Amino acid sequence: MLLINCPYCGERPELEFVHGGQAHIARPGSPAECSDQQWADYLYRRDNIKGVHAERWRHTHGCGRFFNALRDTTSDQFLATYKIGEQPPVPAQAQPRKATA
Amino acid sequence: MQRFSGLSLIRRGLNGQRGWQPQWRRAEPKPDYDAIIVGGGGHGLGAAFYLAKEHGITRVAVLEKGWIGGGNTGRNTTIIRSNYLFDESAALYDHSVQLWESLSQVLNYNVMFSQRGVMMLAHTVHDVQVSQRHVHANRANGVDNEWLTSEEARAHCPLLKVDDIRYPVLGAAFQRRGGTARHDAVAWAFARAADALGVDIIENCEVLGIRRDAGGAVSGVDTTRGTIRAPRIGVSAAGHSSVIMRMAGVDLPIESYPLQALVSEPVKPIFPCVVMSNTIHAYISQSDKGEMVIGAGTDAYTSYTQRGGLHISRHALEAICELFPMFRRLRMLRSWGGIVDVTPDRSPIIAKTPVPGLYVNCGWGTGGFKATPGAAHLLAWTIAHDAPHPINAPFTIERFRDGNLIDEAAAAAVAH
Repeated sequence: MLLINCPYCGERPELEFVHGGQAHIARPGSPAECSDQQWADYLYRRDNIKGVHAERWRHTHGCGRFFNALRDTTSDQFLATYKIGEQPPVPAQAQPRKATA
Repeated sequence: MQRFSGLSLIRRGLNGQRGWQPQWRRAEPKPDYDAIIVGGGGHGLGAAFYLAKEHGITRVAVLEKGWIGGGNTGRNTTIIRSNYLFDESAALYDHSVQLWESLSQVLNYNVMFSQRGVMMLAHTVHDVQVSQRHVHANRANGVDNEWLTSEEARAHCPLLKVDDIRYPVLGAAFQRRGGTARHDAVAWAFARAADALGVDIIENCEVLGIRRDAGGAVSGVDTTRGTIRAPRIGVSAAGHSSVIMRMAGVDLPIESYPLQALVSEPVKPIFPCVVMSNTIHAYISQSDKGEMVIGAGTDAYTSYTQRGGLHISRHALEAICELFPMFRRLRMLRSWGGIVDVTPDRSPIIAKTPVPGLYVNCGWGTGGFKATPGAAHLLAWTIAHDAPHPINAPFTIERFRDGNLIDEAAAAAVAH
């Protein structure tokens, strides 16, 4: 069981929260103008990062509010939580792209 | 390859078990191969075996970052079934069950495939309707499945408590051709058979990058044991599929979650089949060693920790104790987690990718073990022909763009 620091309520057990998937995915403003690929990317493509992952949580059995978190998916350690609309306090580590030409 | 037989067992037994040879070579990586398989689980080893056996491609390396069968192949609950709703899925999973039925003979290795039957319980009116729809759809597709009343279910599995529980058992779908197999033996059997055909199985060899030539096609991989060249690369990396495929610039519609399982102390044979419950979410069978093998659900958040939360496994145990009250006194021996690669429609991807020479077998989510020989066979076919077999043709990456989902998530006969 994880302890999660809700930015509004403080530390609470994981059972009070619902995971909301990858954070900072903006819904395209004009879906009708998207290509099929752009819409599929919005719906389905996820970074699935092995490392520091920016993700949404909702304090369902508490204040009910959504917030964002940075969590290391190799250890499940939370590095930070922050309110919706705020920038991540430290840059989320991007998965290194190792393709070589 | 030293062939196994009853006679060889007796002879070695009388001879103090001397003279057995290692079942596969400890291969060193060569500079180049005709094909590389990334991932030394059952799926990857099987793909190498079928490439060599059915397509004559024997200059193949299987690269495994740990030890073979140490990932999800050794972490699942060994359940095999093919009672999926949609036509595409039924064809795919039953292809695998058909290969399971002769696998021990084909590989000359006892994978302990046991068609003891898979019973999927229905606890609500909705469950009954969905289960019966599955039974009919399966039978229309030539996949065996039958409906049992709650009395028939209890007659078959006497330990099952069907009433006086929070969610009474109203009936069950029962696939008699389903069952279990010894998961480690599957990895070892494919490794031994592939090795005998010339495949190099290279352990402790983690892929760090995928090389591509000027035209964009794959040309090899960088690994912890040096660069290895090959014009064709098949990726069968389960929970790490996103990580590997991103090395070639391919993004997947996949998220990785921990999935937990537990085994009890061994007890005498008491359990005749596999029992699964979608609604209260647990599944259980007995291994031939006597342990009760129990599967839990996935954790709620993505992770690569191979651990999972205690409350998730506790939830599964509560469901098991409700259905089988006598198991309250069982002690659990071990619990563990594996990382499963989950697609939005809960159907796998076995396909060519936008990168020439790169093929992928992934997205099996919580149910990849049952598909081991089938997925391996189809990945090998896809690599050898540079085109999908008719069975895996619908299981592309592009189906998410084109709206051709095979939505076993919505149809699920099992919780995810």
